[in-house]
Amino acid sequence: MKPRQQRMLAVGLAALGIAIAAGLTLRAFQDNMMFFVEVSDVAAGKYPKERNFRIGGLVVGGSLQREEGSIDIRFEVTDTACTVPVSYSGVLPDLFREGQGVVAHGRMGDDNVFAADKIMAKHDEDYMAPEVAASLSKHQQDIQEAVVKGAAECGTSDS
Amino acid sequence: MIPEIGHFALILALALAICQTVFPLVGAHRGDAAMMAVGRSAVIGQFLFVSVAFACLTYAFLTSDFSVLYVANHSQLALPKLYKVSAVWGAHEGSLLLWILLQAAWALAVARFSTGVPEAFSARVIGVLGFLSVGFLLFALLTSNPFERLMPAPGDGGDLNPLLQDPGLAIHPPLLYVGYVGFSVAFAFAIAAMISGNLDQKWAKWTRPWTTVAWMFLTLGIALGSWWAYYELGWGGWWFWDAVENASFMPWLIGTALIHSLAVTEKRGLFKSWTLLLAITAFSLSLLGTFLVRSGIIVSVHAFATDPTRGFFILTFLAVVVIGALMLYAWRAPSLDSDVGFGLLSRETFLLLNNVLLVVATALVLIGTLAPLVVEMMTGGKISIGPPWFNVAFLVPMLPLIILLGMGMHTAWRTQKADAWWRVLRIPAIVAIVLGVVIPLLIYGRVSILLVVGCGAAAWIVITSLILPIRSLRREKGTAGITRSALGMSIAHLGMGLFVIGVTVVSAFGVESDQALQPGESIEVAGFEFHMVSLSNVRGPNFSAIEAEIEIRDDGKLIDTIHPQKRQYLVQKSWMTEAGIRAGLDKDLFVALGDQLGQNAWSVRIQYKPLIRFIWLGALVMALGGLIAISDRRYRGSSRETEATA
Repeated sequence: MKPRQQRMLAVGLAALGIAIAAGLTLRAFQDNMMFFVEVSDVAAGKYPKERNFRIGGLVVGGSLQREEGSIDIRFEVTDTACTVPVSYSGVLPDLFREGQGVVAHGRMGDDNVFAADKIMAKHDEDYMAPEVAASLSKHQQDIQEAVVKGAAECGTSDS
Repeated sequence: MIPEIGHFALILALALAICQTVFPLVGAHRGDAAMMAVGRSAVIGQFLFVSVAFACLTYAFLTSDFSVLYVANHSQLALPKLYKVSAVWGAHEGSLLLWILLQAAWALAVARFSTGVPEAFSARVIGVLGFLSVGFLLFALLTSNPFERLMPAPGDGGDLNPLLQDPGLAIHPPLLYVGYVGFSVAFAFAIAAMISGNLDQKWAKWTRPWTTVAWMFLTLGIALGSWWAYYELGWGGWWFWDAVENASFMPWLIGTALIHSLAVTEKRGLFKSWTLLLAITAFSLSLLGTFLVRSGIIVSVHAFATDPTRGFFILTFLAVVVIGALMLYAWRAPSLDSDVGFGLLSRETFLLLNNVLLVVATALVLIGTLAPLVVEMMTGGKISIGPPWFNVAFLVPMLPLIILLGMGMHTAWRTQKADAWWRVLRIPAIVAIVLGVVIPLLIYGRVSILLVVGCGAAAWIVITSLILPIRSLRREKGTAGITRSALGMSIAHLGMGLFVIGVTVVSAFGVESDQALQPGESIEVAGFEFHMVSLSNVRGPNFSAIEAEIEIRDDGKLIDTIHPQKRQYLVQKSWMTEAGIRAGLDKDLFVALGDQLGQNAWSVRIQYKPLIRFIWLGALVMALGGLIAISDRRYRGSSRETEATA
């Protein structure tokens, strides 16, 4: 092949590759993009229906329930303004603890319980996922109190 | 006193790095041999002073000098000695110092071993490497001084993150960094070539062994990280498409493309400007990775603590390096024109396709990694891109790459006759398809299209990689055998084949199950019986743990007893899962303790992972291929050879 043809071939192949990649990327993004939704929005019913999303906040103190000997658990997550019940079945991460920050992947069930398929707690004690930190600071309630008692004034800002 | 010496040594190293940048570059420009020689001395000096600084920090860790803030935050009296050493690079400041040390070591190696390279050229390479050292030294001294004092000194330190207290992770960052930093050598060669305007094939030849070494270490570093995540994070996955993993994977992909395009540039004088661009990109992506990890702008389990000034500094440095390099490229590259051609069916075409596909793969990973950032900036919405997306998107360029790889290896340079080509490849192709059906069906008893494709592709690479070495073994002594560099290529590709078979089988047949278990009880997973014998308390040097004894039976026959632990580290009070793994080449059986469910019951994660070892074995074999390739005679005593051909 002549240099000119080579270049055409290279450019053509690259363009084709990028076009295919772009097409697939956009298509697949639709299905795999997971939005982070604040707990208050979830409580107000503002969340993507029939698909997965993430929620995050603090695990409410004393809210962790499990049947003796079962791997099914339930707990509540709060952003200090509202709380959402979460159910999960499986092994929890090492840093999962009441009062600590947590992020859950999953979708909302018909019973208004967030059914999580993945729970993430950060591996560093001091670290909090940025979106959780932002969500907490927005509601600016006493974090200690919210963790101990659960949220108090849910809905006042939304309704 | 010792920490001050370290700090002072670092400042002197900066002064020497400035000399290492200025003198050789100016000297090469003026043709002043004395000035160029200063560069080499500065390299040695810079390396010595950085070593002193590094030794001082290590000493501070070994003697538990908690008056040093960094030591106080990341070490502890009861920490085992090995981890006191590895704690040096366990967090941001120290790992940056390690980076600087390795940068200096690479410069030293280049100054020492690039003997066949003209003086002016190697002076420019050293100058560019010096510039990079200046950047990182300034970064350390201005924003991340590891020697900062803490007064009054606490009685005990805050401990090393328990996740990092593991031998695998002790050597993972050094290996990874040798790779990352190593791409700066290819980058420096490319910049030197562009400055001098001396862009014939020789620079490609000089660059190749350096690039291969860097790539080798990066391969090992990534594989080790993946292995660590598998057994230490306690989840049993081996790749999560986490932003920080991607940050190390992107330079690897481009580095792989670079190795292949360098081959074309060296052998045929083609793809010159493309190769330059890849050399620039590989190192830029290394820097981008550093930025992502250290600025805290991306959500990741690996990310260092957030500090905006650090992020800003690296971003500025990244911009200077990338924009500078690209401007130089824009100025020089148009003058590159090669008048040699190649046939449609030729090795050049296959290597071109290799490059296109690898670049597309890199672009996809980059898009997936940065999409959450872009979306947040544009809409304020917070999204994450899940592993399923990466798995599918990545497969799109990889599948054709794998198929083409087997063909390309047996295609001649310039032009290849189609019938001879077909004669070599038809039997491997048939055997590969047959194996693609037979392997899953006979061994694992199930088959699907994806499995046939995966296993067939793996068999295809393995077979085609073995053709050349087997042929040369069969050949009688005295005839020309296979060159080291061709053997290295075959072995590296063989490693790729092993990797693909591992990935295919483990993703198709791996079983994961979360269950409740208590002493005396058994559960069956994937045909194996897991029997919990007992739970007991054990103590380590700096942790206490609950240990389970679990017997694994196959058909009633005891095959192994494993001891997964749940550890609590005493200082940070954090819990860690230490999985019990029965490792084997054919399969891993994995048990991790979850949470205590009641009086005696625990949640456990049990996994059956067939052929998962092939994933890391494959990476190891790939790196071995690189090692064999650089031992080729061509790269040694190159001064004599260049004289002979000149």
